[in-house]
Amino acid sequence: MTVSETTMNQPVQPLQPIQAVPMLSVRGLQKIYKVPGGEVEAVRDLTFDLAEGELVCLVGPSGSGKTTLLKCISGLMEQTSGTVELNGSKVTGPPKSMAVVFQEYGRSLFPWMTVRANVELPLKNQKVPKAERAALVDAALKSVGLDHVPKSYPWQLSGGMQQRVAIARAVAYRPQVLLMDEPFAAVDAQTRADLEDLIRTIWKQLGVTILFVTHDIDESVYLGERVIVLSSSPTVVQEDLKIDLPAERDQLNTRALPRFMELRSHVYAEIQRAKLGPVTEQITAQRKASLK
Amino acid sequence: MSPLKRIAYFFGLPILLIALWYALSFGSTNFFVPKPIELAQTLWTTWIGERFVDDVLPSLGRLAVGLFFAIGLGIVLGLLIGSTRWLRNLLEPLLEFFRAIPPPVLVPLLMLLIGVNDSMKVAVIISGAIWPVLLNTVEGVRAVDSVLSDSCRSYGIRGFARIRYFVLPAVTPQIMAGVRQSLSIGLILMVISEMFASSSGLGFTIVQFQRNFAIPEMWSGIVVLGLIGLGLAIIFQFVERRVLHWYHGLKEITHDS
Repeated sequence: MTVSETTMNQPVQPLQPIQAVPMLSVRGLQKIYKVPGGEVEAVRDLTFDLAEGELVCLVGPSGSGKTTLLKCISGLMEQTSGTVELNGSKVTGPPKSMAVVFQEYGRSLFPWMTVRANVELPLKNQKVPKAERAALVDAALKSVGLDHVPKSYPWQLSGGMQQRVAIARAVAYRPQVLLMDEPFAAVDAQTRADLEDLIRTIWKQLGVTILFVTHDIDESVYLGERVIVLSSSPTVVQEDLKIDLPAERDQLNTRALPRFMELRSHVYAEIQRAKLGPVTEQITAQRKASLK
Repeated sequence: MSPLKRIAYFFGLPILLIALWYALSFGSTNFFVPKPIELAQTLWTTWIGERFVDDVLPSLGRLAVGLFFAIGLGIVLGLLIGSTRWLRNLLEPLLEFFRAIPPPVLVPLLMLLIGVNDSMKVAVIISGAIWPVLLNTVEGVRAVDSVLSDSCRSYGIRGFARIRYFVLPAVTPQIMAGVRQSLSIGLILMVISEMFASSSGLGFTIVQFQRNFAIPEMWSGIVVLGLIGLGLAIIFQFVERRVLHWYHGLKEITHDS
């Protein structure tokens, strides 16, 4: 697919609502933490949908409750109000058909198990027959390019490779929805580029629905089919943006496309606006109103 | 380190000390001071043979049974208490209280309750050796990594599988630190339990020798105890290296970077 002149010059359009039953549906999600001496509202009101097979990036300024949101979606944390629905059924605890890849790769793999045992454990726990298990683990390790180190321990590998193991574990588990919480925040830039391409490849191969949380604007535009921009805390959806870049993306050419630049500048501006926060916006709005 | 060097390190200081001891005690006529060669002969004649079967083996047997139950119960109860918050809050002050009681004072009490027999001696060993393992396990379970815990939850690893694949291995470093302490406590209590109203065992025999002024024999008994302690330490190290090889590897790498 090539980018025509018309798409390039199109203004950035907010996404049209999705018609089909969404794979993942977040409605009015709110999370208030009780802390000594009061309450902190981390997430105020989040509503968005992910259609089956979509790859959506959530991007927001640091401290915008991205991790909180992901924990609520994955059922690891209970929200204060609002609902999360996975394939039409309400999420009340960690759902079976969901896998999470955490930022802290060093702390999400079991250091006493080999790479292979780590990838195999969720399947073993689900009582998947041995032969099928072996095939799934082999395929998953191969898909992340780690079929040569199954007997190593995670801590013997580099950070990027450890995160590949975590991704392989998620892939072998065959989830319907894959949640990723800033998975590449702690790896170096070159490794990160490789891993981004890996995610695109896996997404295309498996047809899995991916929600990818990041604070990196370029990453969100490069990876996503859609980018949801979050405001700063207390968090709401600031913008839901379709990324109309070609499906085949590569680090060199895609990032050099004028459309890529446009989109990233747009998201950047949105994030800057988000950082100013709703309070500042309200004041500006009031001033504007009083000037009229 | 080459194996030869390791052996040299292992035996170096003991050989030096024995040489020093030999030199200092040479020509001494003090009845209470043992001499190396004399002691070695006594060690052989006193403990090899009948006494080994009658006294040393039963002692070792009770020590083994006592330690087995102390470690086993410590781990099981520790996992249970550590992973149940209300149980932990309920029991912790009580556990600290019981831990503070020196186990030797329980000997007369246990004698009354259980009687003068092997069970009493094993009970004494358990009552003292369980604490380091139990409390370390509780502490370890409380401190398991939150991200690993979340990983388990998100993959639906719950209940027994969670204990087996996650909690137990994660707590093993703390358990092993507890076991190391339990071994020496167990050895001490093995001796003490045999000093009261007993008719056999290492502790009993050493006290007998002392009362009969069989001083070289008494010293040789103490050497036997030291050798048992050394044996336990070697077994411990062997097991620890096997069980915790991942932990040592991980530590080495995090220290390097």
